[in-house]
Amino acid sequence: MRFSRWAGAAATAALTILLSSCGGGTSTAIVKLQGAGASFPAPLYSKWFKAYGAAHQNIQVDYQSVGSGNGVKSFIDKTVDFGASDAAMSPEEIARVDAGAQLLPLTAGAIVLTYNVPGVSDLKLSRKAYTGIFLGKVKKWNDPVIVAANPGVKLPDSDINVVVRADGSGTTFVFTKHLSAVSEEFAKSPGVNKMPNWAVGTKSKGNEGVTASVKTTPGSIGYIEYGYAKSQNMPMAVLENKSGAFVAASTASGQAALAAAEFPENLIAWVPDPEAKEAYPIVTYTWVLAYKTYADKNKLEALKGVLTYGLTEGQKDAETLGYLPLPAPVVDKVKAALATIK
Amino acid sequence: MSTTADILETAETTVCQPPSRWQVIADRTFRTACHTFAWVTVIGIVFIVARIILAGVPAMREYGPGFLTGTTWDPNKDAYGILPEIWGTLYSSILSLIIGTAFGVAAAIFLSEGYLGEFVFGALRVFNLHFHPFWTHLPQRLEDLLRNLIELLAAIPSVVYGLWGIFVVVPAIRPVCNWLHLKMGWFALFSTDLSGPGMLPAVLVLSIMILPTITAISRDALTSVPPKLRMAAYGLGATRWETIFAVILPTASRGVFGGVVLAFGRALGETMALAMLVGNSNRISVSLFSPANTLAALLANTFPEARPNEVAVLMYAALVLLAITLIVNILGAVILQQTSKSQQGAH
Repeated sequence: MRFSRWAGAAATAALTILLSSCGGGTSTAIVKLQGAGASFPAPLYSKWFKAYGAAHQNIQVDYQSVGSGNGVKSFIDKTVDFGASDAAMSPEEIARVDAGAQLLPLTAGAIVLTYNVPGVSDLKLSRKAYTGIFLGKVKKWNDPVIVAANPGVKLPDSDINVVVRADGSGTTFVFTKHLSAVSEEFAKSPGVNKMPNWAVGTKSKGNEGVTASVKTTPGSIGYIEYGYAKSQNMPMAVLENKSGAFVAASTASGQAALAAAEFPENLIAWVPDPEAKEAYPIVTYTWVLAYKTYADKNKLEALKGVLTYGLTEGQKDAETLGYLPLPAPVVDKVKAALATIK
Repeated sequence: MSTTADILETAETTVCQPPSRWQVIADRTFRTACHTFAWVTVIGIVFIVARIILAGVPAMREYGPGFLTGTTWDPNKDAYGILPEIWGTLYSSILSLIIGTAFGVAAAIFLSEGYLGEFVFGALRVFNLHFHPFWTHLPQRLEDLLRNLIELLAAIPSVVYGLWGIFVVVPAIRPVCNWLHLKMGWFALFSTDLSGPGMLPAVLVLSIMILPTITAISRDALTSVPPKLRMAAYGLGATRWETIFAVILPTASRGVFGGVVLAFGRALGETMALAMLVGNSNRISVSLFSPANTLAALLANTFPEARPNEVAVLMYAALVLLAITLIVNILGAVILQQTSKSQQGAH
């Protein structure tokens, strides 16, 4: 058993040497792209890179899902060929990139409020209700603010257990950005941050931690990514948007919200509080960070190729994995920006 | 071949002989290697501590000792304080140490005093199998099995403990905890209700995690008590209980205490399981059911997305954790010395 494994390793090593010596000899050398960053779009990116690598034998793209903050750090330090971030990049961060940074929104997602209230399977939350819950003002499930939006639903007289993310995350950044846009009080404190000083709540690590806490604790509410909630079959609250309509999270309602984004030159646009009647209120783009100039032309071509694949074919994967496909005008804008990279 | 001839030749003239060239080389190499490895370890530790201090200096200058007494952690206001984390670290470690020591030492006594063996022997005797060549080894084997099982607890990854805590421990203890809070809420330990993660589930899981350390070391200490002491105690007419509590445990106390100090160090630094179970809320509460936070959990949760100035603050917090661990170890060593001094007269 042990011997055969050893032999396998030796064979693999020999094969690798053989292959790499072949690759060196011919003109079709393997181009390796190294990327790192946000964990939120990681499943989608991995799928793209795998599919593209399978179709183009000479291109290999590795993506490490290490978090937005680390993605930006590695991108500035030039230890990667491209980065990825849910929180885009701040102007100071962009200024620190010598080769120039071009941010490319490649996909988008929604954040949902998942809950576990015994006997309640259809929960509607008004803007006042959910900002109140996360400010610690609304403490009971039968608070008048919640009851008003849920006629006919029997809400229990129990405490609301708020679950928030314990680790710094792009998801929290986007969620607090939305709450700050809705509520001035929230904007003052806790404010927008990857890990703010929440007024309430127990904290759990990662989407999976929040989901586990909500699942196992009756009376809980927490925020997680739409794709994750969908894959785990978690209930999602129907939220009131800026126009006063109650909207459930779906691909259509998410895209309606994304359409509101006005992209400036640098392609960093937020939709903290979309106005359209059919728009789901909490959505965000997520960005790939590319340098404006690449010294290695092979790498440049490979990167352009794989990102173009993501923008065209890859958008079909987005919906099945629970992401929001980019609206067509946005795809055109990103393609134009991609063409400017040299 | 020639060396044997040499030896034979020299053996005729003198019994002693200088070490051969090879022996000298081997000796020197071994000595240098030992020195090098020892120094690499020391330099490694010094280097790590120096880097942490260096990275933490900006934060130390800015926040000073107020960092240790502050209670808010708000990156938006640049306000950082770690008193809740210090409290949570010590509180969770001490509580789990109490539980872990009680169960760990009890298990060590059970395993070292032959209780299980006697029971199995007695059971075999009922079937008249106790001198059967196959069954006669069973008592010893069962004890070994049990000992290995407990030591196996140390091999379970921390994440698995965390998940087990979330999905098994928390739902299992929640009804009891909330009943206690309802009936005895006036009692400080039960003054809040348990809403998912909190201090008690973290402490329970942590005490299981430190159990193998305490049991393994205590058992070694107990088995190495000289048999003549035990015989003497029995000879003086002491009962089994009296022998265990008045003679064997005090004699082994040094080893048992060493295990406890080691376990304390492990409890202070435990990260993953606590980050998943403790609730990560910056609160100072004596209630067992309230969520809390620990230094290690804070570091693990905040590091990946920390901005440069936050990294300095986190390094400062890491230094505090290091200092706490060091103080605990020094205190342990001092107490150990004191107790062994007072024990000296006993035997």
